[in-house]
Amino acid sequence: MNILCVIRQVPDGEAKLRINNSKVDLDGVTVIMDGMDEYGVEQALRLREAGASVEQIIVLAVGPARNEDAIRTALAMGADRAIHVETGEYLDPISLSKIVAQVAQEENASLIFSGGQQSDWDSQALGAATAERLSWPQVTWTNALELSGETLKGKHDIDEGAETFEVELPAVITTQQGLNDPRYPTLPNIMKAKKKELRKDTLEKYGVQARLRHVSSTIQVRERAGKLIDGKDPQAAAAQLLELLRNEAKVIS
Amino acid sequence: MILLVADHNNGKPTKAALELVQAARDLGREGPITALVLGQNLAPVANELAKYVEQVLVADLPQLASYNPELWAAAVTQIAQEGEAHTVLISASRSGREYSARVAVKLDAPLLEDVIRVQDQGGALQGTKYAYLARVTEIYESSAPLTVVSVKPGAYNPAQPESTAGEQYDVELELPTSRTRSTGKVIEKTTRVPLTEADIVITGGRGLGSPEKFSSLIEGLADNLGAGVGATRAVVDAGWRPYGEQVGQTGKTVAPKAYIAIGVSGAVQHLSGMGKSKYIVAVNKDPEAPIFKNADYGIVGDLHQVIPALIDATQK
Ligand SMILES: Cc1cc2nc3c(=O)[nH]c(=O)nc-3n(C[C@H](O)[C@H](O)[C@H](O)COP(=O)(O)OP(=O)(O)OC[C@H]3O[C@@H](n4cnc5c(N)ncnc54)[C@H](O)[C@@H]3O)c2cc1C
Repeated sequence: MNILCVIRQVPDGEAKLRINNSKVDLDGVTVIMDGMDEYGVEQALRLREAGASVEQIIVLAVGPARNEDAIRTALAMGADRAIHVETGEYLDPISLSKIVAQVAQEENASLIFSGGQQSDWDSQALGAATAERLSWPQVTWTNALELSGETLKGKHDIDEGAETFEVELPAVITTQQGLNDPRYPTLPNIMKAKKKELRKDTLEKYGVQARLRHVSSTIQVRERAGKLIDGKDPQAAAAQLLELLRNEAKVIS
Repeated sequence: MILLVADHNNGKPTKAALELVQAARDLGREGPITALVLGQNLAPVANELAKYVEQVLVADLPQLASYNPELWAAAVTQIAQEGEAHTVLISASRSGREYSARVAVKLDAPLLEDVIRVQDQGGALQGTKYAYLARVTEIYESSAPLTVVSVKPGAYNPAQPESTAGEQYDVELELPTSRTRSTGKVIEKTTRVPLTEADIVITGGRGLGSPEKFSSLIEGLADNLGAGVGATRAVVDAGWRPYGEQVGQTGKTVAPKAYIAIGVSGAVQHLSGMGKSKYIVAVNKDPEAPIFKNADYGIVGDLHQVIPALIDATQK
């Protein structure tokens, strides 16, 4: 079978964000593969290593030219080849799912991995939307997964706790912490990755348009009081903090 | 009509369901506000909901006894189509964010996801949401005739009942068979105030040094203050605390009146789960720890001395 891993490239968590023309401007910002997507790439590799008959692990990214860095990382981890739909246009997850579904069909994929939450859009919609387009089942927030024959078994988080599940392929799985520890690409694998196929597609090929219009972005500036107390005298510091919580914030009685 | 899916628990609409009602009222779009309830033995929930909305649609079916994404999506889509809804409101819980995406695809509609505010701007819908791990607030607009919106729990105040009772109708649904089988559930139980409902949350990080210190210091202080207990991912990964206590991007989102972070560095993935708390308090020995930049009050010092002093001072 073929596995499709959808990846996104996002600003590094510690990167300073700025707004330009009421949009987040990522020029010059360190960008990385979304940590949540890395679990999916890793899990595809592990399924193959555990003996599943995985023919190809294909990586898909939709976004500007700089996404190549994240794609090369996934290839260096061990994915076989990649497709990059190059566009500077903003696409909401519901529109994006149209591309993912088309690629999955063209590439004859029977398992799709995608991160549980995108750390740029803070969205959790892509996996379920893609599954709906393909009329496949999906399991979100998966933190344990194995394949026996055509059946995926695993564990995932639900509203009230956790649930173990079974689902037949084809399926979409969204990944998260706990599923695995993504490997670091080694230098030889980084070199090898440079020779792997990276196909470039245009957005036009997929006939997709954004369904939402971006209106504005604002950096969160939440004024915090920032009152720091020296803790060298622990009793005095504790008393001073409790006084602030009681009389200024009024959060304890 | 505005269609909202009302979640329920123990025969009552959840707080999040009443928040959706308020979102629908504030939106002020034309047509009746209609609540759809899915499940089994729904009479008590439906009667209660009728105090809040003009119409309650009741889908009382054994297949709907517990949540399933494929069934929920099919049910909501059918009702939205038959009722010619222009707005579908779903609570942005884990499950809501999952099936709302399926509903949007089925209805060929845009999705405004996890919004903290939704407004009608001359016929178009504008949704405000957080992005970039809650560091940025963004507004998106849908001009489609029908839009699906998931609303962040806690973003609206729960609605108050109306003076007149709404009509109730039973609905018929054609449901697919789900292809995913649940083989067992683990429901989180805690004897403390649940994290997401607590007014005060005390969270411990790796700075505590050991699971024993976590229990004695964090739980000790939480006992005295009647607080919920949270943990960072570093602590959960180390196996000191259960995953259900994790706060952050991959854990729970909380916004209590006071959030007290002890031995927590304040990584963005952690901040994204608690940064909207009313007051943030930090105890850390490193004055440069990022958590202090986001704190209202802080003690710069060794937690092994400061927390016992706090426990003493709050002893009842
Ligand atoms: C995809 C992804 C998702 C993630 N999701 C989450 C998430 O949901 N939640 C989460 O928390 N993290 C998450 N993380 C991890 C996050 O990046 C940090 O690694 C984590 O939050 C650090 O936990 P910590 O603050 O307990 O530990 P550390 O970063 O090790 O900080 C410990 C702090 O304790 C202080 N300290 C040490 N000793 C003492 C002492 N004696 N007295 C006082 N202070 C002391 C130190 O100065 C330090 O600031 C995620 C990461 C990724 C990549």
